[in-house]
Amino acid sequence: MKRIAIGLAAALAASLSIVPAMAQEKIKACFLYVGSKTDGGWTQAHDIGRQMVDKELGDKVETSFLENVAEGPDAERAIERFARSGCAIVFTTSFGFMDQTVAVAAKFPDVKFEHATGYKTAPNLTTYNSRFYEGRYIIGQIAAKMSKTGVAGYIASFPIPEVVQGINSFILGAQSVNPDFKLKVVWVNTWFDAGKEADAAKALIDQGVDIITQHTDSTGPMQVAEERGIHAFGQAFDQIQAGPKSQLTAIEDTWGPYYVKRINAVLDGSWKGGESSWDGLKDGILSMAAYTNMPDDVKKMAEETQAKIESGELKPFTGPITKQDGSEWLKAGESADDGTLLGLNFYVKGVDDKLPQ
Amino acid sequence: MGIAESILLTIATAATPLLIAALGELVVERSGVLNLGVEGMMVMGAVCGFAGAALTGSAWLGVVAGILAGAVFSLLFAFLTLSIATNQVATGLSLTILGLGLSGMIGESFVGSAGLRLPSLHLPGLSDIPLVGKLLFGQDPIFYMSIALTAGVIWFLFRTRTGLTLRSIGDNHSSAHALGIPVIRYRYLAVMFGGACAGLAGAHLSLVYTPQWVENMTAGRGWIALALVVFASWRPLRVLAGAYLFGAVTIGQLHAQALGLGIPSQLLSSLPYLATVVVLVLISRNRRLTMMNTPASLGRAFVPDR
Repeated sequence: MKRIAIGLAAALAASLSIVPAMAQEKIKACFLYVGSKTDGGWTQAHDIGRQMVDKELGDKVETSFLENVAEGPDAERAIERFARSGCAIVFTTSFGFMDQTVAVAAKFPDVKFEHATGYKTAPNLTTYNSRFYEGRYIIGQIAAKMSKTGVAGYIASFPIPEVVQGINSFILGAQSVNPDFKLKVVWVNTWFDAGKEADAAKALIDQGVDIITQHTDSTGPMQVAEERGIHAFGQAFDQIQAGPKSQLTAIEDTWGPYYVKRINAVLDGSWKGGESSWDGLKDGILSMAAYTNMPDDVKKMAEETQAKIESGELKPFTGPITKQDGSEWLKAGESADDGTLLGLNFYVKGVDDKLPQ
Repeated sequence: MGIAESILLTIATAATPLLIAALGELVVERSGVLNLGVEGMMVMGAVCGFAGAALTGSAWLGVVAGILAGAVFSLLFAFLTLSIATNQVATGLSLTILGLGLSGMIGESFVGSAGLRLPSLHLPGLSDIPLVGKLLFGQDPIFYMSIALTAGVIWFLFRTRTGLTLRSIGDNHSSAHALGIPVIRYRYLAVMFGGACAGLAGAHLSLVYTPQWVENMTAGRGWIALALVVFASWRPLRVLAGAYLFGAVTIGQLHAQALGLGIPSQLLSSLPYLATVVVLVLISRNRRLTMMNTPASLGRAFVPDR
């Protein structure tokens, strides 16, 4: 029943919100969102990026978007609709749109596609990603400094490499400060359900966690943290409004400059498919919100770590690192390559959870 | 606050919106109308509850706004299905879709703004009793309303003449009509009651559960409420039991994960739904008992012939 409803909703949304092409000479850039453009998290960050395109390239480019598109078969219809409606370039902004984007890209060789956070490319399909885990390393360090119980809670969405990177990077950061630091993980199997995320936060706090970090998109957990008087980190977006006393910092996504760069490439004909772009803190695709609610020495440590990551001096996944099962992953001084990270499917030591496979 | 108490409180908060919305839908279905628009009415209640509270500065007025929004929104369904006899399934589905879209539009300016929380009850002494104090005497007002509502619906359906009439309409609207009972009027009121309950459940989400407004914040809870009605085979007390069972399994699986028991989270996440299926199978084994409670004219359009 729910599936039908979502399907109908997507169909209805599709027929309502595609803005018809106005002028012939402008090219169309189209964005597919998994959530609402005002979700206060992941999707809103992408939409701010789209608005930047409007502002900077408004005379040459027209943007349109579809929001609340469910991952799975519905997405394929929505992407195909974009391709048919004359979009020159289509950005699909959720991991779960990957196979659908690949399928539509094969059908429309003249349309350019960019898929966020995935790993499949094609001659007219490029992937782009952000090294969110660099931010996770910093907040892990802060968590270890700020926690009294020595245990943090991680509200996770789906066991995909991006989330596993986040969990591992967080615990590595924390252990660089306190080698005995522990991390509890709760999977909510959704990107966006304020109520369920809040319930997960409550469960974690009830079990002795005093720092919450989330890899889901609503401000529900931040609100619970504020209510219970503990600290938390914002996700994808500065969530200081939901947790003025709670938020230590937030990992903010800044997609705008990338979108502008890529659409410019389409305009001047230099756009290429089959590539994978994976930028990090130094490129500005993610940034840290103001370090608040913490003593000066913790703030100083966080800023130093951030500077080291930006300069390339510090890479979070650098050995010696032991896997959860006790076997060695990386020798001292050895850094993980991008291929391994993009397929990461195991925990490092210190995570108090069994990774769903 | 001990961990057991805290878990029980979380379960109550998770179960309350399900219970309220399901009770409303139960009355609607007992009158022979199937309204699949619960999710839509609930999300309208959530946005109007939040907006009402934000604009007036009073969480209580927000609750009133949520209830009214649900009731008014359900009138649209009532008019279409009762006055011009459209298909109830299709109309209910479109009500959900319309509600999700409309609420997003209404709520656009409220996204991210700090919400008001409906204050919880506090009785000095009583609320501080270990384990049960907060559970019995320290919860949000809507929790108490949900319990009162359960008792009220039982009393109304099975102890009053009007309730008997309503059930008879649900069982055979043609006979009821022949007896001179105003079928359409009864059903209008039942649908509006269902809408008001869904609106209240929505207001609970945006004023108690997570005091904020975000699009689609009901996240499928309206559909779970609908399933609960069938799960409970149209009996109010079983709705109560079902809502709490569902809440307990949902919260329990989060705790099991936080404990690091190593049980696959996908399995744990599907537990509430699995439990629903198992109970459905168990209760439908006794065909006669199931049929006895199912409103016989459920979902059928009624057109008075004279």
